[in-house]
Amino acid sequence: MTTATGTEGRTAPTLELRSVAKSFGAVAALRSGTLEVAPGSIHALVGENGAGKSTLVKIVAGVHRRDSGVFRLLGEDVDFGSTADSKSAGVAVIYQEPTLFPDLSVAENIFMGRHPLGRGRRIDRTRMYDESNALFARLGVTIDPRRVANGLSIADQQLIEIAKAISLDAKLLVMDEPTAALSGNEVARLFAVARSLRDEGRALVFISHRFDEVFDLCDTVTVMRDGAYVSTHLVAETTEAEIVSRMVGREVAELFPKTPAAIGDVVLDIQGLGSTGEFHDISFQVRAGEIVGLAGLVGAGRSEIARAVFGVDGYDEGRVTLHGKAVPKKQPRAAIRAGMAFVPEDRRQQGLVIEGSVARNIASVIRGGLAKGGLLTAAAENKASAPWASRLQVKTSALDMRAATMSGGNQQKVVIAKWLATDPKLLIIDEPTRGIDVGTKAEVHRLLSDLAGQGLAILMISSELPEVLGMADRVLVVCEGRLTADIAREDATPENVMAAATRSAPTAPPTKEPVS
Amino acid sequence: MSTATATEARTYPAYSRNLAARLLLNREAAVIVGLVAVYLYAMGNVPFFDGPLTIFNLSKEYAPILLMALPMTLIIITGEIDLSVASTLGASAAITGVLVVEHDLSLPLAALVAILVGALLGALNGFFVAYVGLPSLAVTIGSLALYRGLAEGLIQDKRISGFPEGWQDWPTERIGTSQYPNILIPIAVLVVLFALLLHFTSFGRGVFEIGLSDEAAHFSGVNVARTKLVLFTLSGAVAAFAGVYVALKSNSVATDTGNGFELKVIAGVLLGGVSIFGGRGALHGVVAGVLLIAVLNSALQLDGQGSEVIQIIIGLLLVGSVIASNFLPRIRALIPRRAAASTTAPQTPATGDETRKVSQ
Ligand SMILES: Nc1ncnc2c1ncn2[C@@H]1O[C@H](COP(=O)(O)OP(=O)(O)OP(=O)(O)O)[C@@H](O)[C@H]1O
Ligand SMILES: [Mg+2]
Repeated sequence: MTTATGTEGRTAPTLELRSVAKSFGAVAALRSGTLEVAPGSIHALVGENGAGKSTLVKIVAGVHRRDSGVFRLLGEDVDFGSTADSKSAGVAVIYQEPTLFPDLSVAENIFMGRHPLGRGRRIDRTRMYDESNALFARLGVTIDPRRVANGLSIADQQLIEIAKAISLDAKLLVMDEPTAALSGNEVARLFAVARSLRDEGRALVFISHRFDEVFDLCDTVTVMRDGAYVSTHLVAETTEAEIVSRMVGREVAELFPKTPAAIGDVVLDIQGLGSTGEFHDISFQVRAGEIVGLAGLVGAGRSEIARAVFGVDGYDEGRVTLHGKAVPKKQPRAAIRAGMAFVPEDRRQQGLVIEGSVARNIASVIRGGLAKGGLLTAAAENKASAPWASRLQVKTSALDMRAATMSGGNQQKVVIAKWLATDPKLLIIDEPTRGIDVGTKAEVHRLLSDLAGQGLAILMISSELPEVLGMADRVLVVCEGRLTADIAREDATPENVMAAATRSAPTAPPTKEPVS
Repeated sequence: MSTATATEARTYPAYSRNLAARLLLNREAAVIVGLVAVYLYAMGNVPFFDGPLTIFNLSKEYAPILLMALPMTLIIITGEIDLSVASTLGASAAITGVLVVEHDLSLPLAALVAILVGALLGALNGFFVAYVGLPSLAVTIGSLALYRGLAEGLIQDKRISGFPEGWQDWPTERIGTSQYPNILIPIAVLVVLFALLLHFTSFGRGVFEIGLSDEAAHFSGVNVARTKLVLFTLSGAVAAFAGVYVALKSNSVATDTGNGFELKVIAGVLLGGVSIFGGRGALHGVVAGVLLIAVLNSALQLDGQGSEVIQIIIGLLLVGSVIASNFLPRIRALIPRRAAASTTAPQTPATGDETRKVSQ
């Protein structure tokens, strides 16, 4: 393919978007998106939740058609009508939310629509599995390519999407928050792969709410606000503070403001919890006013423990008590009644009824109590959910909007709102700020800190080490289904947490620490 | 700084569309308009349609369909289906007949037994669907045959008739001097109860949530299995109640009583705007859907059309309505866009905002 040249001598950017706009009915998701990505460059795209980043990505991917504006790929005007068009033009996209086919195997998902064919045009499965394993080796993870996608953790799903995208041999690779669910190790591997792709002359777009990642990986950064382009900077010539203030339009408070709270009685007591093949002999307590962080590598079994405690999954041995009362096994409803709340890791499948409205989602756990004489009205649900939407600064045009139409970060806020509305005694929160922008993140942390101050016990799972270290009074580290460390706030450092997280892992220790 | 943002209280309008749009731009409104139009047209143009017996016969005929459509609505909204309702109706009619005619049991007692058995049969379906995890289509195709077999076993190839004189004529007597049979009284009560259950209780919200995502419902503490068990049990009980009515109405019971009713019930529910994929629907739409089929049927019959023509017309209407409900949202989504824009569904499932078939 001949590379079209623009004005003399200059090679055309791989991707060029100018004043691109896109509306959904009355909602202007993107007013004026501008982005220019050079070959051999990793370009960061940052902006608050709902700024229009994912909408821009979906236009490049051919999921949406733009209403107006210029869209060029390698100097040529393009107009994709489908994701197949963009793929054949050399664009690979990792969407913000994994989009795997649940009933197909991992390998089939990776090679969807381009299965390697053997003799007699039959699908060459051996080759498919070998190539999948090679891709996973490159990313430094072990996922069985033969298993079905259904039931994989969000992180594993994200890794499969990454494997799929890097195997496409694309000229342009767009990654919409690929790291939101990953922990240090996987992020480091992903970055190594991204850098090698860059060095091969490909163009990459990287979206993230974690600035350390942006500064670590990218060379250029474009800021968006309210659906419009704000500015573009060379990473070497700017600072985090400058980016944040352009993004938010104001200064943002320090990130992890956990204030010391009076630690009270034991709220959650877990003794000898075990589930075959998932986790073993887990015992710990969470006290009123305390935030206990559950750290570890992706796949260590943290989410599995949380799910068992809340009762969406069963367990084989051990017991769970809340305020001295045994919590029955495998009954989320009983757990809720006992005072538990659970923000799961997968908001699209588990946290939200994605096709349901904002109001119904927020009221979905408390609605039993909103009924008068057994009768529940939409007005009561709206009235009860509006203050929570406001408290979490949910961005939506009306309470009857479907959750599916909201940006990822705003969906996360709805899940948190839904559970805080239940006035819980124990909040289990799996990746509290996955996909949430800086301003709101500080807000969520402040909220969690306030709630702990009022005596709420919080069990927080996070793959973001700074978040764990900043928020937790105590850090429990899980490695391969076992608790390997219990570190008090004062003693916790990135080094000792990571050491405990990889203690019995046979793989080499991380080459680089992407999160400090 | 962050405290400043915390105090910025946002307010949210409750609805994104105005009242008129919400009330008029939906499937339920379309069905109601269709019903009124067909009714008015028939009143003016079909001979004898405006006669005193039309409404009376139509109500008598379609009462069991409407009854069974009520729990069926909730079941289909959860994404399941119950194909065994007509067989349950048949079994219940047989039980009533055998108990009353052959064993001289009093009617209320026989009816109670029949309804309890019906609930049990429904619960059996529910158990296999909710607790064993089998697909309801398979389970209820099986019980469709099984429960019909039950009726056949009870009455063999006899035809039970001759219910003793008494208040067994009550269901088909007129309410006062009106054109309506008494059976409409319990139906009205049940319509109201089911509408309240579906649209104005926490249980009903759970029904919708299960249809949209049973995993998310489970994570919010909705007891998915128990909800389904309750719905199938209700379906069995209501079908059995309809069976008692049918036995009394025709004053006889045979092995084929109610044969094929399940298709009319499901047709009415789908025509009324309930999504076969689950998660969407409203009870008033279903009532209108069943009535639309009833009025069409009766008008075409009076017009002298053969049953094959009637079947074809109702079949076309159903297919058309399903197509319309799948394409209308897409067409509506197209309107504000550029004329050239085509609706290309993303190749990947749900990339963030891709709408499911259920919209609105
Ligand atoms: N299908 C849709 N219908 C209506 N509004 C939509 C739709 N898709 C996106 N929007 C709106 O467009 C705006 C931009 O959304 P987008 O997903 O692009 O944000 P984002 O920058 O990716 O945010 P985040 O960081 O939270 O992922 C949001 O306000 C969202 O509610
Ligand atoms: Mg996004």
